[in-house]
Amino acid sequence: MSGGKGVIIAGAAETDQIGRLPSHSALQLHVEGALNAVADAGLSLRDIDGIATVAAPGPVQVAHALGITPRWIDGTGVGGSSFLLHVRHAVAAIRACYASTILITHGESGRSRVGVTPSRQAPSSPPGQFEAPYGTSGPITTFTIPALRYMKEYGLTHEQLAYVAVAQRRWAERNPRAAFRGPITVDDVLASRMVAYPFHLLECCLVTDGGGALVVAAADRAAQFPKPAVHILGTGESSETPMISQMADFTQSQAFRRAGEAAFAEAGITVADVDHLMIYDAFAHVPIYGLEALGFVGKGEAGAFIADGNTEPGGSLPLNTNGGGLSYTHTGMYGMFAIQEGVRQLRGEAAAQAGDPQISVVLGNGGMFATAGVLVLGRQPR
Amino acid sequence: MTAKPVPVPTPETQPFWDGCAAGELRIQRCSDCGRPYFYPRPVCPACGSRNVRWFTASGRATLYSYVITHRPAPGFEDEVPYAIAVVQLEEGPRMMTNIVGLPATPQALELDMPLQVRFEQRGEVSLPVFGPAGELAARDRAAR
Repeated sequence: MSGGKGVIIAGAAETDQIGRLPSHSALQLHVEGALNAVADAGLSLRDIDGIATVAAPGPVQVAHALGITPRWIDGTGVGGSSFLLHVRHAVAAIRACYASTILITHGESGRSRVGVTPSRQAPSSPPGQFEAPYGTSGPITTFTIPALRYMKEYGLTHEQLAYVAVAQRRWAERNPRAAFRGPITVDDVLASRMVAYPFHLLECCLVTDGGGALVVAAADRAAQFPKPAVHILGTGESSETPMISQMADFTQSQAFRRAGEAAFAEAGITVADVDHLMIYDAFAHVPIYGLEALGFVGKGEAGAFIADGNTEPGGSLPLNTNGGGLSYTHTGMYGMFAIQEGVRQLRGEAAAQAGDPQISVVLGNGGMFATAGVLVLGRQPR
Repeated sequence: MTAKPVPVPTPETQPFWDGCAAGELRIQRCSDCGRPYFYPRPVCPACGSRNVRWFTASGRATLYSYVITHRPAPGFEDEVPYAIAVVQLEEGPRMMTNIVGLPATPQALELDMPLQVRFEQRGEVSLPVFGPAGELAARDRAAR
């Protein structure tokens, strides 16, 4: 590991419920997740001296709602990967003594849209000039565009793409909090409504309400927290493009690759050391891109790797063990939930516990292959 | 029904939209490293040079990737399903577009098929879209 003291995730929790929560504003979801995470760390809000989250509502609003007076603030907002970047920035802040106990929150009323600031793309922005006029309507019509190119270049079949959803449902079947738990087959996926060819409904993530939060602190304090420490062994972040049309190569994510390389190098690990993996799955092709970008399989091999059962219960590489954005939950910025599952697996408290993992890797995506954050988390310090 | 989105040019993109209004696909090329690029910006994304100039691209392209959406954006309600595509220009850069003159079906839209730019009026702006190259060539021959 590069220089600097060890840093841990000392507290982690989601909102009491996830799914459809019309009684919760987006801000209330932040607050509830924060209170749960602070309690999980055995702390009180008075102990928190750093805050990180995405606008809106943003760190100032969340800190104020909780009565926190921060001496360190991070409002990095780069989509669903933001919370992984917050963890990375929190590690640096703790090493620099800018803060000692940092709270990272997520809350999103993605489905019920309660207390949500509408986001509109300016027609003079680059996407407003060069993408929106062609009838894009959110990630379902943009994040999905690279897939056909990948399918042509590497022979990924419609059945293999569909199987990504099947494999993750097998984890969700074991998770009572997952939104979708009924078993599905490739035929079920291919028979579901076509949303944006080649993507059927079951190859697209849920849209839900929910939240979660993390408490990050120095590793030398680990003994004072009630839960087993989750050590942050390596982190990485990167960006590629603000517009899907400008992604350099539609068959691979440069941001995923660069963030992964940085995180693995800092942790001093290789893919062989990884026991458990979370890859942001807004759509079924994203885990395929993630597996290849992180080097778990070669280019073009991930579809067959998943279809051969390697990532499902009983497989060699447990992937998206909460059921993922496709079956568990997806508020819009899913990254927080991917981190939460990595923490639960390392603590041995996951609903679908995948053995006794020592190292969990979490890959977060932001925008449409726009940004990436990667965390290497471990049971032990290095 | 809501109108389709109309792009609002900025000073650095105005020459592109002026080109479209004149029926030309004008993009930029770096005078130092020679690389053509899109979308319009005043600095070469390859080498950082500010020594860049506009030129008229051939308008020939190939189909790089696409989706056929069944969920219309506001203003597109009457057009579903429609293809949102990314084309690769003959000069190299890629751009998002719609495919016109072909059914929005996987059978009709074959990756790497040759396409040719044409322009559609959208509000006060002329918007580049792409259609089959052969059809245009045939039309040109007929005109001669």
